[in-house]
Amino acid sequence: MIAAIRELGNRAVRFDGELGTLAVFTSQILLAVFTRPMRIRRFVDEVYRLGVLSLVIVCVSGITVGAVLGLQGYNTLARFGATGSLGAVVGLSLIRELGPVLAALLTTGRAGSATTAEIGTMVATEQLDGLRMMSIDPVHYVVAPKALAMLLVMPLLSALFTVCGVGGGYVVGVHLMGVDPGAYLSSLESAVDFNDDVLGSLIKAVVFGILIGLISTYRGYTCRPTSEGVSAATTSTVVVASVSILVFDYFITALWGV
Amino acid sequence: MNATRNRDLLVGLFVLAGLAAIAYLSLSLGGLSYNGPGGMKLHVDFDEIGGLTTRAPVVIAGVKVGQVSAIDLGTDYRARVTIDVDKKLELPVDTSASIVTSGVLGDRYVSLQLGGEDDILKDGDDLTFAESAVILERLIGQFIHNTNVEGEKK
Repeated sequence: MIAAIRELGNRAVRFDGELGTLAVFTSQILLAVFTRPMRIRRFVDEVYRLGVLSLVIVCVSGITVGAVLGLQGYNTLARFGATGSLGAVVGLSLIRELGPVLAALLTTGRAGSATTAEIGTMVATEQLDGLRMMSIDPVHYVVAPKALAMLLVMPLLSALFTVCGVGGGYVVGVHLMGVDPGAYLSSLESAVDFNDDVLGSLIKAVVFGILIGLISTYRGYTCRPTSEGVSAATTSTVVVASVSILVFDYFITALWGV
Repeated sequence: MNATRNRDLLVGLFVLAGLAAIAYLSLSLGGLSYNGPGGMKLHVDFDEIGGLTTRAPVVIAGVKVGQVSAIDLGTDYRARVTIDVDKKLELPVDTSASIVTSGVLGDRYVSLQLGGEDDILKDGDDLTFAESAVILERLIGQFIHNTNVEGEKK
């Protein structure tokens, strides 16, 4: 009994310590971002690896999700004879929820895990120590460009996902189901509002970008320097980032109603 | 070196595509475009707007020419609706506005019927002729009420 309570206390203290380490790590990244020399080349390379290489999976998933929404939405709306509002249904669900959340989950799996594995392997093979030997700050050289690139890439990927989804919904709704193209687009345009929907979507995407960037680099940076350590850190990135994306999504929606 | 330059090009294209997607979402779908200074603002007073919302489309003969930009309660307790339409339109001063519904349960929008006067409307003018929204529930209520009265007469 006492052992269980002791275990609980031990876990609480460790969790607390980890939060503190994460806060220190975050401030190190923030400091590194504004420290010269600017690692522009490293940053562009990271945008390429995290963003451009995620483009295919994000666009294909976007089109598929939009097409499925078009099918499902059409069948449900057809019962009420309101198939003209298909554009509004597809567009609003994509812009407000599915675009940012699914793009973030895909990016977690595609790019977040790779980031953790890469940094983790650097830790395990003492490459970060090598950088420190050459008096290069690993946070400045390795971590900050990755976290910053994730922050930039996430809203772009989310917007591309949404646009692909709207296109996929259009193809299914208009060409397969025979919804009037004008009705699809006009219901979409009149339902979507910049302040309520598009801005909220961008805010969500930026928050998710920060989450994925922080969690994936932190897990890699603090991983145990063994092959099991790297694998555990990668798994933990995907789990923690996915769960926190969904939890943050709920709270952003509940607090700001976007 | 060549590979790096290709990569930079791809990154640039990716960022451009992402920004284009954001711009499409905000401008075309989000409706920021009609808020620009290019529009002509007109005011209409309605007795009843029945569920009309801002950003509802304004149409002439079914073609979208603008949108509702603001709805306020006027000094005479009527709904004062501000519509934002294309500046290039030459609308006669006796143009009338009516609130119509697309389908039975569809969205409300404002439809303009052109008049026959030679003078045209300018930015900030009021439309004098307005036809209010038809409230389906009220119609049904009246219908039920009427049939009841007739039943009593018998």
